[in-house]
Amino acid sequence: MRVVLNTKDIASFLDSQRNKPTLRFITCGSVDDGKSTLIGRLLFESKAIFDDQLASLEKDSRQYGTQGEKLDLALLLDGLQAEREQGITIDVAYRFFASEKRRFIVADTPGHDQYTRNMATGASTAELAVILIDARKGVLTQTRRHSRIVAMMGIRHVILAVNKMDLVGFNRETFNAIVADYQSFAHDLGFESVQPIPLSALGGESVLHCSPLMQWYSGQSLMAYLDTVDLSHTSKRQSFRMPVQWVNRPNLDFRGFCGTLAGGLIQVGDAVRVLPSGVQTRIKQVWCGFDEVTQAAQGDAVTLTLVDEVDASRGDVMVAADQPAEVADQFQARLLWMHEHAMVPGRQYLLKLASKEVTATVTDIKYLEDVNSGEHSAAKSLALNEIACVNLSTSAPLVFEPYTTNRVLGSFILIDKRSFETVGAGMLAFALRRASSIHWQAMEVNKQARAVQKLQRPQCIWLTGLSGSGKSTLANLFEKHLLAQGVHTYLLDGDNVRHGLNRDLGFTEEARVENIRRVAEVARLMVDAGLVVLVSLISPFRSEREMARSLFAPGEFTEVFVDTSLAQCETRDVKGLYAKARRGELNNFTGIDSPYEAPITPEVHLPTFGLNPHECVDILMKQINCNLVDQTHSF
Amino acid sequence: MLHLARKAFYPSPPPFPLLHVDTGWKFCDMYTHRARMVADSGMRLITHINPEGLAEGVGPFSHGSNYHTDVMKTQALKQALDAHGFDVVFGGARRDEEKSRAKERVFSFRAPGHRWDPKAQRPELWNLYNTRIAPDETIRVFPISNWTELDIWQYIHAENIPIVPLYLAAKRPVVERAGQLIMVDDVRFPFAPGEQAQMRRVRFRTLGCWPLTAAIDSDADTLEAVIAETFNARSSERQGRLIDSDVPGSMEKKKQEGYF
Repeated sequence: MRVVLNTKDIASFLDSQRNKPTLRFITCGSVDDGKSTLIGRLLFESKAIFDDQLASLEKDSRQYGTQGEKLDLALLLDGLQAEREQGITIDVAYRFFASEKRRFIVADTPGHDQYTRNMATGASTAELAVILIDARKGVLTQTRRHSRIVAMMGIRHVILAVNKMDLVGFNRETFNAIVADYQSFAHDLGFESVQPIPLSALGGESVLHCSPLMQWYSGQSLMAYLDTVDLSHTSKRQSFRMPVQWVNRPNLDFRGFCGTLAGGLIQVGDAVRVLPSGVQTRIKQVWCGFDEVTQAAQGDAVTLTLVDEVDASRGDVMVAADQPAEVADQFQARLLWMHEHAMVPGRQYLLKLASKEVTATVTDIKYLEDVNSGEHSAAKSLALNEIACVNLSTSAPLVFEPYTTNRVLGSFILIDKRSFETVGAGMLAFALRRASSIHWQAMEVNKQARAVQKLQRPQCIWLTGLSGSGKSTLANLFEKHLLAQGVHTYLLDGDNVRHGLNRDLGFTEEARVENIRRVAEVARLMVDAGLVVLVSLISPFRSEREMARSLFAPGEFTEVFVDTSLAQCETRDVKGLYAKARRGELNNFTGIDSPYEAPITPEVHLPTFGLNPHECVDILMKQINCNLVDQTHSF
Repeated sequence: MLHLARKAFYPSPPPFPLLHVDTGWKFCDMYTHRARMVADSGMRLITHINPEGLAEGVGPFSHGSNYHTDVMKTQALKQALDAHGFDVVFGGARRDEEKSRAKERVFSFRAPGHRWDPKAQRPELWNLYNTRIAPDETIRVFPISNWTELDIWQYIHAENIPIVPLYLAAKRPVVERAGQLIMVDDVRFPFAPGEQAQMRRVRFRTLGCWPLTAAIDSDADTLEAVIAETFNARSSERQGRLIDSDVPGSMEKKKQEGYF
């Protein structure tokens, strides 16, 4: 395997290297399948492990190893202290090695249920998966899980590595039975190729070379197969697509659009369209680094200049003029949830697709996919590592393609609006045609006309606070004061709407989100009708209050934090609810077993301690202006 | 890294400055190269050296590698990032360098205080990088995470990128200590009684503070020879990095504290 390179051969070596393709693959297997051992073996055999690393491996093997006096190759991969101490793989590790024909990047991912997200991460950039099976155990639930995740992430080629053949006496029938079992299951997953290989990672049989111990096996060794497997896309050729990453304007004469080609080819003179605007122009120049070139292909990072001065910015997508991509704001997608805090339909998240970032909401969970059995079931929320088919709605139109057609324009991540953590990953399936079929009816009598008629500033005043904090009392009193001043008002009270509009909703997190969404939408309609709307609602979650705020024009939404401490609310306990909750008779009670996320920067912060309701309302009257005359300029 | 950045933004210059966290113990050749690259690129250079460390006279010989690295590199980097309010900083670290690096994200998220928590890394799917951070949080970005040492040398060759001459073999004064060849780069080298520098044909596979970066015996005095040597190498490039092995899980610990 090891070739010694002489300086005089360097020119031909560098030539051969330049065109050497890179194959990215993922290995899937559970703790005991010998996955890390297999990769360790590949690295070891392809001499990608250096002597000093080997020396520290010997040291580590004695300290943490599980192979007695032998080298524990798995320790090469488990890089974090916690992994070495616990003998498990926690995170995705990337490893590099090369043969004479190819470079390889391996994503090594943990196999347990709770690490589905890590496996999806490793699979997202891989073209091939090595799925390990312990020959003694055969196809297990986890084998099926790994295969489903790999298929979902768009990997089309699988190597079924039946490992630990040494422990079943290198038995041919055992191998054949496992392969038959796997193929009958994997039939529906849509793989283009499944290559079974019997091997022993520990001893190295069939890893680099075929072993005399398995003369019945006539196929290639793992390494030989990795070297030669044909991954050229059998799917139809892609059209030109380039998400605009950055606009390069060094001076007034140069305006270039930078990005990496997500599909197809581009040549000087080609007709292109900028989406979503749809403006059409032609390519003037193609720059690749410091050089002007005549064409570029998928995967190339380029700067394009255009014949016409068209408007395009980060997040837009340049496409072939005659084969544009779709634009939509309602989708069906597959979503993998990656965070401990469950996904709730109706809640807003940031969505990133290529270079575009928008706000998105899951409007409906169509069904949950059991990653072990493949079965579908209904669900109201999505927990960590769960996968579902969902309907998705975005705040602005997205230029996209189905994930199966184009990974770049079909994949997205969801980001929590408050913590900014990456909480979900998804693959777009198709656009729902709803967006284009419901048109906004343009109204001639508008909000401003209604506001002028009533001589007031229509707005929403949103009172949030714990149960028993005094929201309803204050809202009632405040409304009386406003009415006395001739203001046209309406009060939406959390308790009251639950008798009618929201009678069907309970108190789970999902139901609360929906409760707030409906109240916010009603308030918006009433503000549009020219009213001053008071909302009195616990509304415990920041993200839903933000969602409500986003429905209104700037300045139309006033968040009032009725700040009464839990202890005070509980002491008052006007409705006896705290006592009930403490007795365990009420579930999901805010402040007791469900959190209240206090506003960080409310427009009005109203600490009620030591104040009577009239004094509180005086504060509100001072801080909230409903008078149109003073504020005409704000329209 | 600099070459890639210039290429990516061409014809504009990269829209960010260069930052050098100096320790006062870099090789002379590195300072010369730095000046040349600043002149060539026309980019602004910010240098920072930990003023307290400087006042205290911290150095690798007098204070040991661990303390020196912590004060003059880790703490100094944090000072520089805080002083300039940088929320994103690019680095040339690669996953093939060291075990804990193999598990680090391309966009490596740092909590307030620049701490790295390997167990709380954001999942990184496709090439979709989540760049959102709260105030006081920062991101270290490693664009060449998936390159190997050999890739780097081939790219330098293909693109004709200027390098520090220390990467090429030449006769240099070295002292052998604990099996490592330490180059005597300036007068601060504390010779032990009877110890003398010997002229040996050496080169470096990695460069850092000169007392903490060991040379290797080599005849590779051309780029081609370096590539051949790298290809044939039987030891890792970080073998010459003395700080990697001062305590177990060394790099992971340093990174958690804010080391690059």
